[in-house]
Amino acid sequence: MTPTPAVPPAIDVRGLVKRFGTRTVVNDVSIRVGQGQIYGFLGPNGSGKTTTIRLLCGLLTPDAGEGTCLGLDIRTQSAAIKRQVGYMTQKFSFWEDLSIAENLDFVARMYGVPDRRRKVAAALERLGLGNRRAQLAGELSGGWKQRLALAACILHEPKLLLLDEPTAGVDPKARREFWEEIHRLAGEGLTVLVSTHYMDEAERCHEIAYIAYGTLMVHGPVDRVVAESGLRTRLVEGGDPRRIAADLEGKPGVEMVAVFGSRLHVSGTDAAALDAALKPWMGGPWMDGQAVRVVETEPTLEDVFIHLMNRSTDNFS
Amino acid sequence: MTRVSVARFVAVMVKEFIQMRRDRLTFAMMVGVPILQLVLFGFAINADPKRLPTAVLVADPGPFARTLVAALDNSGYFDITRAVAGEAELDRLLAEGSVQFAVTVPAGFGRDLQRGTRPVLLVEADATDPAATSNALAALAVIARQALDPDLTGPLAPLRSTPDPVELRVHRRYNPEGITQYNVVPGLMGVVLSMTMVMMTALAVTRERERGTMENLLAMPVRPFEVMLGKIVPFVCVGYLQVVLILGAAKLLFDVPLLGSLTLLSLVLVLFIAANLAVGFTFSTLAKNQLQAMQMSFFYFLPSILLSGFMFPFRGMPGWAQAVGEILPLTHFLRIVRGILLKGNGAAEIAGEVAALALFLAVVTAIALKRYRQTLD
Repeated sequence: MTPTPAVPPAIDVRGLVKRFGTRTVVNDVSIRVGQGQIYGFLGPNGSGKTTTIRLLCGLLTPDAGEGTCLGLDIRTQSAAIKRQVGYMTQKFSFWEDLSIAENLDFVARMYGVPDRRRKVAAALERLGLGNRRAQLAGELSGGWKQRLALAACILHEPKLLLLDEPTAGVDPKARREFWEEIHRLAGEGLTVLVSTHYMDEAERCHEIAYIAYGTLMVHGPVDRVVAESGLRTRLVEGGDPRRIAADLEGKPGVEMVAVFGSRLHVSGTDAAALDAALKPWMGGPWMDGQAVRVVETEPTLEDVFIHLMNRSTDNFS
Repeated sequence: MTRVSVARFVAVMVKEFIQMRRDRLTFAMMVGVPILQLVLFGFAINADPKRLPTAVLVADPGPFARTLVAALDNSGYFDITRAVAGEAELDRLLAEGSVQFAVTVPAGFGRDLQRGTRPVLLVEADATDPAATSNALAALAVIARQALDPDLTGPLAPLRSTPDPVELRVHRRYNPEGITQYNVVPGLMGVVLSMTMVMMTALAVTRERERGTMENLLAMPVRPFEVMLGKIVPFVCVGYLQVVLILGAAKLLFDVPLLGSLTLLSLVLVLFIAANLAVGFTFSTLAKNQLQAMQMSFFYFLPSILLSGFMFPFRGMPGWAQAVGEILPLTHFLRIVRGILLKGNGAAEIAGEVAALALFLAVVTAIALKRYRQTLD
């Protein structure tokens, strides 16, 4: 699903800056998301993902920068933006002492949803919560809370969905179902901006952006982000991975060594230096009777992100 | 900016009502507090204590001493519990606190009286608590002066008390018998409302922040005014419930006269309740969590109860304390409620106090709305 050039982008912000006291939490972030796109927002904890999302939906006012959300100015028209945006907070933020149906009903009233009762009933039906409508939201498990939150966020049929780590602490099956729902909604033309820590989720996005210490490091489709990172990765199999890893650590050309069970991912930006460092292991010297095999491989998104994370400077310390 | 929407206000209000109903403990407290205070203040507290334990040392057991002691007993203020033989014991009883008063009729009292040399009748009081002794001591003057009159016959007649040059006539209006409950029970209405209304609103809003639901609320297209009103209205209802409880008790249990118009009172109540809720709402915009909100409520409650004239006479306070008292809504409400119920005041008499309440409400509401943030900045 690619946006047609005629349709204006759902999010188009430039140079967003947000400071809390002397800390710059969001530093010159520009984002452009086409309509109907799923835009993944990645970065380590405390990197400014949540703050950026709050800037977009008018919960925070930017110290600098400008732009539009759904064609509305984020500085002056935040009230109008709020009516067309669904925002799912990182922490469950519906009322735990209200029942499922009461929560949905409250949200529907707040947004002035027409034909409220039918919409709420339909949402309950779609959730499969019709028979548990009177249950208090606080009694739901993490997965169900997440489903309730999503249902509440899309009740007023927003044009833009902002999801802040929606699947944190949710089991894999529920996560998969959640993403199927996200793709279905995007298929209907809804634009989704979702922050996450999961690489598999990032790969499900049309485009991703990586933010670290408030600065947007890279953005674009997943394969382009991987390609543009300039990272080269070698897969090392066999032998004692921990010993090999300890040996490689700190060698010129080796920027990252990550152990995956019995395999190693060794990465660096300089292919020649990387291969030189791996030379002693290449060609299969025998270690403890086991062959060590070194092959070239594509860096994973995770390799790229850890690489980016290592490169970025912590401006808070 | 969006227009004020009745639907959103109703949405917030319905939500608050549901949450209030679920929170049984808080609800029980809102009904329990007025009942508890009624029992404590209504039945337990008396500003005009009578039958205070008194010890007497009679060194001259003549008819005059007997008459005086009987008069003390009859006044109702003194309860002669001990007759002792020596001054040392009298001192000990006072020091122990087992008697409030020690009366000494000295030797030769009757003789000196007959000679007209004005003998001394010594009354020692444990005056650590002035409130406990002051009324009894005031009654003493009259007793000492007039109790002996019937005994002063024949040649002693000139010693009788002479009429004052001025005939003093005192009318204790509105509460002729000086019944403490008449003053306290209507005042309790103001105290209970101040306490519960401020605290409940402060907690209700702070709770949203503490549980993280505030972020959700702020992300919705709702105006601060709608949130504030929606949160306040349910508590106005609770406030009226408390008022009905207290008024009912005032009438049925304490027989407090309800002279004025109850309609007028209920109109003023809206203003007073709203003023307290606005204070609570303002606190909630300052407090970071429910504990802080609670502490602020108590910080507000203490001067309210002490400086408003509820517990201690307003006019007995120094100027600065009266100035602080004048700021507090409870001060004005107490004057209004006592005025309406006990004095039968109408709108004209209470207009000044109502204006003060209205001013307070306007200022605090402005602060609350200014402080309430639509963003998380």
